Amino acid sequence: MVHTFICLGVPMAVDVNSGAVHVLDNAAYDVLSLLDAPMADICPKEFYQKLPQYDPAMLDEAWGELLELQKNGLLFTNDSYIDPAAATLMQQDAPIKALCLHVSHDCNLRCQYCFASTGDFGTGRRMTMDVETAKKAIDFVIERSGSRRNIEVDFFGGEPLMAIDTVKATVEYARSLEQKHNKNFRFTITTNGVLLDDENIEYINREMSNAVLSLDGRSEVNDRMRRTVSGGGSYDVILPKFQKLVQGRGEKDYYLRGTFTRYNPDFAADVLHIADQGFRHVSVEPVVGSLDCDYSFREEDLPGILEEYERLALELLKREDVNFFHFNVDLSQGPCVIKRMRGCGAGCEYVAVTPDGDIYPCHQFVGNEEYRLGNVYNDAFNMELSRKFAGLNIYTRPDCKDCWARFYCSGGCSASNLLVNGDIKKPNRFGCDMQRKRLECAIAIKAIRAGMAKSEP
Amino acid sequence: MTHIQTLNGATLKQSAAHGGCGECQTSCQSACKTSCTVANQKCENNK
Repeated sequence: MVHTFICLGVPMAVDVNSGAVHVLDNAAYDVLSLLDAPMADICPKEFYQKLPQYDPAMLDEAWGELLELQKNGLLFTNDSYIDPAAATLMQQDAPIKALCLHVSHDCNLRCQYCFASTGDFGTGRRMTMDVETAKKAIDFVIERSGSRRNIEVDFFGGEPLMAIDTVKATVEYARSLEQKHNKNFRFTITTNGVLLDDENIEYINREMSNAVLSLDGRSEVNDRMRRTVSGGGSYDVILPKFQKLVQGRGEKDYYLRGTFTRYNPDFAADVLHIADQGFRHVSVEPVVGSLDCDYSFREEDLPGILEEYERLALELLKREDVNFFHFNVDLSQGPCVIKRMRGCGAGCEYVAVTPDGDIYPCHQFVGNEEYRLGNVYNDAFNMELSRKFAGLNIYTRPDCKDCWARFYCSGGCSASNLLVNGDIKKPNRFGCDMQRKRLECAIAIKAIRAGMAKSEP
Repeated sequence: MTHIQTLNGATLKQSAAHGGCGECQTSCQSACKTSCTVANQKCENNK
């Protein structure tokens, strides 16, 4: 399967099954766009008629080069080297090696789009995870992770800084067990920033390998959705705190994480605004919400959003200092094809744990009783449900099988699928269209930065 | 080649030979917890 596209003015081709990516001139692009595999040894005469703007000798030349790619396994390759059944089986046995720890279901903001219904996940109980439950969760992941050395724990919620004592106790406990069980714990914290102070900034920068800092962009955009309990904005409070945290972070990872909605379709301006406040690593992502929410996207918004991604890509070409999460693609050194078949591992390699100790496939499923997997206080783990998640990959999700982006996207988000389509297996086309556009932008940027092409708006 | 430049070779296919160790970071489409998508994360087989 070959995907041809033009993005930022650059004609390109992705050979999906081999991972090869090529930059083409107009002649090669036009020829490739018209042909089907397998290629004939010489350019068929009808191509001269289909493409009269080119000299036949040029078409012959382009044809010859494309044919050479095919012969060298760089075009029109198949996926016969993958055994989906064996790979699916390998993933079924994959141990649990990452946790999303909801140390708090309380929150000091009332963000309008919050997936957690502003903290309590719609359960009406605002709670903090006690240290005993946190330790049980750590014991759980150590036991279930088998021989996996790298274990990830994300501190999440609600707002994790409202349970900073639990966070600290968890880190200390986990680290105390590393040597005995041959584990390497890596911690991330996600925060709205309101409670950051010098002390916990220093703690976060010391102990967290990654910090995700929530900010939507320009102050009027941020404050429309990210409000305090009394209805005011949060921008003025959190921006200086985030700047201070990042300044002390050294080389450690972080992301400024924003959400764009139907209210700010010009979200490129928000990305650039965040970058201009001194932040190198930025992610601004489309809101996930049900269709009846006013801030959710509608079908007619899609063309504008896709244009805005390309507009953003053009701007970011001039900004080598900015790393935009969704334009980040590693074509050659990334994970193996086995990993690329599945992606996130929610429900099987990665689970969320609530303050009560309840286990869910990921944070988006919390509160949805049908998807509860168990509890860290007992051994009754729903393996059948877990295996259902483990069985999801790009060969078993019907819409993914024939998508050109499948090895970069790896099957989308089960939670988003459930929200929009009522089915974890069924990706929502709107989300997929955005994902494909983002990947095209990412690949085109790579080509331009490699000096293989110049951008044209 | 005058009409084509190869930006990336058949690296996906090559990765099938020794893949599947599972040590790589959990990825997510969103940067809400993890810092990588599948598209940009690193293989951690050597670590």
